[in-house]
Amino acid sequence: MAGYTLRRLAGALPTLFIIITLTFFMMRLAPGGPFDSERRLPPEVEANIKAAYNLDKPLITQYGLYLKRLAHGDLGPSFKNKDFTVAQLIGTGLPVSLKLGLSAMSLALLIGSLLGSWAALRQNCWQDHAVMTLAMTGITIPTFVTAPLLSLVFGIYGVMVFGHEFTLPVAGWNGGALRNMILPVTVLALPQIAIVARLMRGSMIEVLRANYIRTARAKGLSAPHILFGHALRAAALPLVSYLGPATAGILTGSLIVEQIFGLPGIGRYFVLAALDRDYTMVLGVVVVYAALIILLNFIADILYAVLDPRVRLS
Amino acid sequence: MTPLLEITGLDIRFATPDGEVHAVKNVSLSIGSGECVGVVGESGSGKSQLFLGAFGLLAANGRASGSVRFRSREILGTSQKQLNAIRGGAVTMIFQDPLTALTPHMTVGRQIMEALILHRHVTRAEATQRTQEMLEHVRIPEAARRMKQYPHELSGGMRQRVMIAIAAITGPDLLIADEPTTALDVTVQAQILEILKALRAEQNTAIALVSHDMGVIASIADRVAVMRRGEIVEAGEARQIFHAPQHDYTKMLLAAVPRLDRDSGPRSNHGETLLAVEDIHVAFPIKSGLFEKTRKLKAVDGVSFTLRQGETLGVVGESGSGKSTLARAVLKLLPAGSGRVVWMGRDLNDADRREIRALRGDMQIVFQDPLASLDPRMPVGRSIAEPLKSLRPELSRDAANTQVKAMMAQVGLDPSWINRYPHELSGGQNQRVGIARAMIVSPRLVVCDEAVSALDVSIQAEIVGLIGALQRNSGLSLLFISHDLAVVRRLCHRVMVLYLGRVVEMADADALYNDPRHPYTRALLSAVLTPDPDIERSRKRVLLSGDVPSPLDPRAQLRFLPSRLSGGPDYYRPKLLEVAQGHFVAEYDEAQDTRSTL
Repeated sequence: MAGYTLRRLAGALPTLFIIITLTFFMMRLAPGGPFDSERRLPPEVEANIKAAYNLDKPLITQYGLYLKRLAHGDLGPSFKNKDFTVAQLIGTGLPVSLKLGLSAMSLALLIGSLLGSWAALRQNCWQDHAVMTLAMTGITIPTFVTAPLLSLVFGIYGVMVFGHEFTLPVAGWNGGALRNMILPVTVLALPQIAIVARLMRGSMIEVLRANYIRTARAKGLSAPHILFGHALRAAALPLVSYLGPATAGILTGSLIVEQIFGLPGIGRYFVLAALDRDYTMVLGVVVVYAALIILLNFIADILYAVLDPRVRLS
Repeated sequence: MTPLLEITGLDIRFATPDGEVHAVKNVSLSIGSGECVGVVGESGSGKSQLFLGAFGLLAANGRASGSVRFRSREILGTSQKQLNAIRGGAVTMIFQDPLTALTPHMTVGRQIMEALILHRHVTRAEATQRTQEMLEHVRIPEAARRMKQYPHELSGGMRQRVMIAIAAITGPDLLIADEPTTALDVTVQAQILEILKALRAEQNTAIALVSHDMGVIASIADRVAVMRRGEIVEAGEARQIFHAPQHDYTKMLLAAVPRLDRDSGPRSNHGETLLAVEDIHVAFPIKSGLFEKTRKLKAVDGVSFTLRQGETLGVVGESGSGKSTLARAVLKLLPAGSGRVVWMGRDLNDADRREIRALRGDMQIVFQDPLASLDPRMPVGRSIAEPLKSLRPELSRDAANTQVKAMMAQVGLDPSWINRYPHELSGGQNQRVGIARAMIVSPRLVVCDEAVSALDVSIQAEIVGLIGALQRNSGLSLLFISHDLAVVRRLCHRVMVLYLGRVVEMADADALYNDPRHPYTRALLSAVLTPDPDIERSRKRVLLSGDVPSPLDPRAQLRFLPSRLSGGPDYYRPKLLEVAQGHFVAEYDEAQDTRSTL
């Protein structure tokens, strides 16, 4: 097991290296530079700034310098947010995005697989059609529609709970308080719930037709016992392969939700840094993103082996 | 005395998009306490659905009506809860294909215990104890270790013994065995049937045995019901059904079963040597652990034989014996590690790819699963014409079509079906398509790789007849690979017995079947069942104990020659000795020839 983990992590290093190299040179191929949008500087001053950031050196030397710093764990200073290093910016944004994304994914996993299993058990009955229609709706409506709608209903109008009018904050992080999390997490989770439910339904229907489920029924086991003891683990396998990339996507790609709810996550850096040609910031975010994807896929593979003894490290 | 299970007027219907399918029609059947009733029929006869329907295990689109009384209580239409109280406790089931019938992610021990804990309310510790005893009882060695393993870690025979353990552990009154030995090797089948017989004798369990195999039914059933298209066409005492069948269908079924004790092989009619295979080896690299060395699985380990014009050579062996790998290596469909294949005097090791492609017209193959080996999106006429396109590109489309139609007529297919798709034809018809596709280029050699194994007996008899007739008419040579010794008997001039990639015995068919020398050949022949209850119950079997050793184990070859086991890492390999003219037998120890008769 330890050997397997080490080997997987070692195998990830070349991947990371290729991603960093490609990103580095592609960013430089794009026209413009980090200081172009600023007030026109005297050429000498600009040259000085460039020299300070080593931007005057040949590209290949800059690449070498970047790799050298990266090897020491230094992501460099941000060209745009000049008082901060890239590591500081990511360090403040990532925990917010992590908490948001992981909560949304857990919620989606819980509700989605319950709904999907339920639909599979009631295949082609009205419950099944209802769940699938809802899921289709969840996938088609984009988050920039659901976010303002939910904000309007729960944040502005409010709902009556036990005779108390109850409203949720529509913006701000507030240190990650539960009240502030509810709306953004829900909005992020909705499409994921839909996808998970559809995946779960499909694989559960497949599993319920398997011969070993018939064997379990022939043993006289009750329906919940069959579902949780014999069917669920096998049915969860397709979900696991989806979850790795999906979680990475939700962690870094929640820009829209973070903007709408005014949350200080990492998502906005991803887009803004690319537009601003903030070279070090883009590279830093890409490194974090790539590492996350590699890590999450690794976790997914481990989960796969836990769920299905046939794939155990063979 | 009221019977244990009484089925009266049972109908089972399935709602399908193409309309209702009436799978079981007005079937009545009773099973007494401790009795064994065999239900025999071909695919689609409804024999499995009969018992699934009786105990509420139909697929979601199935409906059963009529009456099913178990211990005088009506159980058809009762609640799931009441059914669950019976299923797995008083009535248990064994299914075909134990790999898919066991939950892949649960240890076999837990799967056996589950029913015991639920129905007999024992503690976990006691359940563990009894599970281990049960596994020992069904002759699984190292039961304590095996309990903690997953189904995929066990061999096919062991998995089926686990299924039996699941079914037997609650001490049921009725055990329903649905094709319990199908797809298992004959020697394993013999072991499984012995275990079922022992259970019945010890616990007085009634058995409902569902099978397509008349031999399996004859070996154990007291009474037999013959089913066709959802109906019981004949039922009665086993001896009466087998010795004096009344219904034409029963007679036809019995006549179609190939029998070792009645059939004789074809007359020999040999011409020139067509193919000579010399000391051929094929090995596959197997990686077991992460950092472990790659080991070589020797699938074919030094096989030599010759095949003459017009001759049929049977290749017999159990799963893992390397018979299909041998065929593919001979046809150059996969590279041989070493050894020579000489085709009509030409050493194919020197031939380049173009030459071998040209030779494909002379060497063709017919595969096991007819439906899976045909392109589902291609009309059968085009599948048959494909070899013509690549090997006779000069033929015009019309000329090719004429040839295809003539070929279809020759293999007994209606030439007007040229545009039909494989799913529109039956299994037997699809296999005729496979044969037509192989025969259309007038090959000199056809390899039949388990070509009739997946077919019902009546269809199997037809296809065997067709292959024999085609050979007599065209004088081609056949390499007939099969695990079924009785079918091989019908068709082959000479027979080669493979065991873990090596020949253990090779002789003319008559010599091999009448005078088998090697203990493995004897055990194989002894395991073949005869559709006759009197013969089946009177004879003693030579049973091989335990499982086939892993082909990765270098000592596996010495299973029949243990006196050479002391040889060290470079183990001795049994030599083939000629004991009579053309009769070769691998070395074995007489002492090992112990008949562990059970």
